[in-house]
Amino acid sequence: MTIGTTTGRTTGTAAAVEAGGLGKVFEGSGSERVVALQNIDLTVTPGEFVSLIGPSGCGKSTLLRLIGGLLAPTSGSLLVNGKTPHQARLDRDYGMVFQQATLLEWRSVRRNVELPLELIDTPRPERVTRAAAMLDLVELTEFADHQPWQLSGGMQQRVAIARALALDPSLLLMDEPFGALDEMTRERMQQEVLQIWTRTGKTVVFVTHSIPEAVFLSSRVVVMSPRPGRIEQIIEVGLGPQRDDDTREDQRFFEVITEVREALRRPDRPTGGERLREASS
Amino acid sequence: MTRLRRYLPAGIAFVAILALWEGLVRVFDVQSFVLARPSEIMASFVETSEVIWSAGLNTLIEAVGGLVIGVVLGVAVALAATRWVGVRTGLLPIATAASAMPIVAVAPIMNQWFTITSPLSKMMVVSVIVFFPVMINTVRGLTEVDPSQIELMESLAAEPRQILTGVRIPAAMPYFFSALKVASALALIGAIVAEYFGGPQDVLGQYIINRANLFQFPDAWAAILVASIIGIAFYLLVSLIERLVMPWHVSMRAGAER
Amino acid sequence: MASASPPSSPRLRAPRGSLGRVLSVVGVLLALVAVWEGYKMLGKSAGGMIPFTEIRLRPPPDDRSMPHVWDIVSAMFQPSRRGGDPLWMTLGSAALFTLREAFAGFVVGGLIGFGLGVLFVRSGLAERAFLPYVVASQTIPILAIAPMVVIWGGRIGLPQWAAVAAIAAYLTFYPVTINTLRGLRSPAATATELMRSYAASDRQELWKLQVPSALPYIFTALKISAAASVVGAIVGELPVGASAGLGRALLSYSQQFTAAPEKLYAAVFFCALTGVAFVAAVSLAERRVVGPGDRRRAEAELGAGLMAGAQPA
Repeated sequence: MTIGTTTGRTTGTAAAVEAGGLGKVFEGSGSERVVALQNIDLTVTPGEFVSLIGPSGCGKSTLLRLIGGLLAPTSGSLLVNGKTPHQARLDRDYGMVFQQATLLEWRSVRRNVELPLELIDTPRPERVTRAAAMLDLVELTEFADHQPWQLSGGMQQRVAIARALALDPSLLLMDEPFGALDEMTRERMQQEVLQIWTRTGKTVVFVTHSIPEAVFLSSRVVVMSPRPGRIEQIIEVGLGPQRDDDTREDQRFFEVITEVREALRRPDRPTGGERLREASS
Repeated sequence: MTRLRRYLPAGIAFVAILALWEGLVRVFDVQSFVLARPSEIMASFVETSEVIWSAGLNTLIEAVGGLVIGVVLGVAVALAATRWVGVRTGLLPIATAASAMPIVAVAPIMNQWFTITSPLSKMMVVSVIVFFPVMINTVRGLTEVDPSQIELMESLAAEPRQILTGVRIPAAMPYFFSALKVASALALIGAIVAEYFGGPQDVLGQYIINRANLFQFPDAWAAILVASIIGIAFYLLVSLIERLVMPWHVSMRAGAER
Repeated sequence: MASASPPSSPRLRAPRGSLGRVLSVVGVLLALVAVWEGYKMLGKSAGGMIPFTEIRLRPPPDDRSMPHVWDIVSAMFQPSRRGGDPLWMTLGSAALFTLREAFAGFVVGGLIGFGLGVLFVRSGLAERAFLPYVVASQTIPILAIAPMVVIWGGRIGLPQWAAVAAIAAYLTFYPVTINTLRGLRSPAATATELMRSYAASDRQELWKLQVPSALPYIFTALKISAAASVVGAIVGELPVGASAGLGRALLSYSQQFTAAPEKLYAAVFFCALTGVAFVAAVSLAERRVVGPGDRRRAEAELGAGLMAGAQPA
């Protein structure tokens, strides 16, 4: 399989992600049954930047892994680029970035980016050029021959992003990629991800804990709540595609942040019936 | 420079102890069979060098042969145990029990099975001794991989074989070499002890016991000195191979303390 | 292949409960017997040669070199010497003899190891001065020179059991020292600070925090040392003329192999049994003293340091 058969820029009318009544239950031993997700309806159009946000246990990481074909749903339907997630994974339609950069410590930075290309038996010259291009995209060309442990946390994440883009997937799945970084590095990385997104036109599904991050990056913010994991509300950000540091001081920016915060708080203000249910769970 | 400074006191102390040992034995006119003098040991070491090094070589052959067999089998079983959980669960009780047993006790049986005069009988004892630590620690290295690295490979739709070569084997290298260093020490000692159960005379174990029975302890100590030198050389060799194979490891980084 | 649920931990896992453990042991033993007899059967039908070759099968599958399992078992109930006790009794008392020597050395080595560990923790000076020698002591392959030590002991008038026990002590003290040291230093910094905040004396800190924390580590070392002591005792018994231990039994029965091969196999079995029994006893003691969580934590931490499954031959 060569790179480029899956187009980097998603076109056409097929939704990038289409979830209908999606559910995931983890069967523990005996009484440890966990309803991670319940009745998720979500459509992500190609080229969109969507964030999933919610408190711990709301199932956002589970949802991401379902989309990525790393977990199988227990109910409902899920299509990625019109196929099953499993098939999409085998077709390498997406790249994943995790919270831990997970670079292989026995490989140089360059060879870490080459890893996905090696897995599909890309010939060496093509591999090298492609990896170099990706490293250029994340501005780490000078560090290509360094070892992972010589890089800072932020730089390691950039390598992870370069690696995720190596096969030019149409979909980018990111699970709290900046969670382990300090605030300043975070904001810089957010800017970089936005740049990559506008330049490549890929679809991005981004999981985060941080409300400002979600609002800054996305076109839509999917607010989730736990017990059981479900979508509470989907909020249109409406800040336009060009965003920079000035956007962070925009009036609309704060308004959306407040909107998201209120949506997040809503499940904590239970009515009578819900209070009883919460108490007995 | 600091390395020299660190070892210098120990080195000086060592020389001092040798000198003291020599002196005390002479002054109190201690008999050779009670406590041999370093000078006697060195003299014997030089005089009998042809004999003891020839014996050393034969013992080394037994140790290396057994090590190779044991490591090959250990790694093969470890790979099987990584692939099939059933092998792992079946292996656990055997491995735990084996670690409690005096494996050298099978030496007389190996002598019968592989003929007492053949070095193969000693090699088989060594291979059994070496098999367990190598197998257990290689399995550990292959299976106790950082789960996020496995998840990464899965997200890249890697096949199990690619996960094995791409992640499990490199991750297992430190464990394997650790086990190999221990195994090489065990191999040499195991070969010598196996020789105590009988066999050709031209080996370190038999030589040591023969000289000891005649109360010629300086000769015996000279042979032990040969064994120690071989052991250290063996260890250094494995360390060198480790450094060549794993230049990326934490323990290899500049300034790291081993 | 998409996994349906988070992958289960791939660690070595034993069946649950003591019944499961007993069954798995029995299962393994039966499997070994099956392999033994199966090899004999196939080997004999191949005429004692590797098929399609002229190479002799090793081990030879004939009844002289590899007696049937039931022959070995039945031989245990027959007299080992004309008009003497049944074989299992002879071997049993040999095992006890060896075990006594091993145990004596084990206790002495354990106490010395523990003492050194405590000393090194209390006195950095002592540690800097003596720890290198403790480590260097292991460069002398005591097991390889065990018979020589016993012969030497005999020559200078030491009773044989003392020399053998000394060997066991030498094998024991090193792992115990290292592990005691590690274990005494294992409590989290916050726990130490807590003790200091109560103005606990050094001795109180030692006995109330450090020693309890060290116990899992010490027991791990003791299990290794128990196995090593048995090996040391057996090897130490090899050179001496008249001895009542397992080492001697191994040597005499190998001499009698042509007449009665079963006796040697029985002796080897008893060696294995002795080792396992000693380690199991230490395990039982450990269970009484150390909680399961602590045990797992200590073993996980020590995994790389003290090679699982390794023993000095």
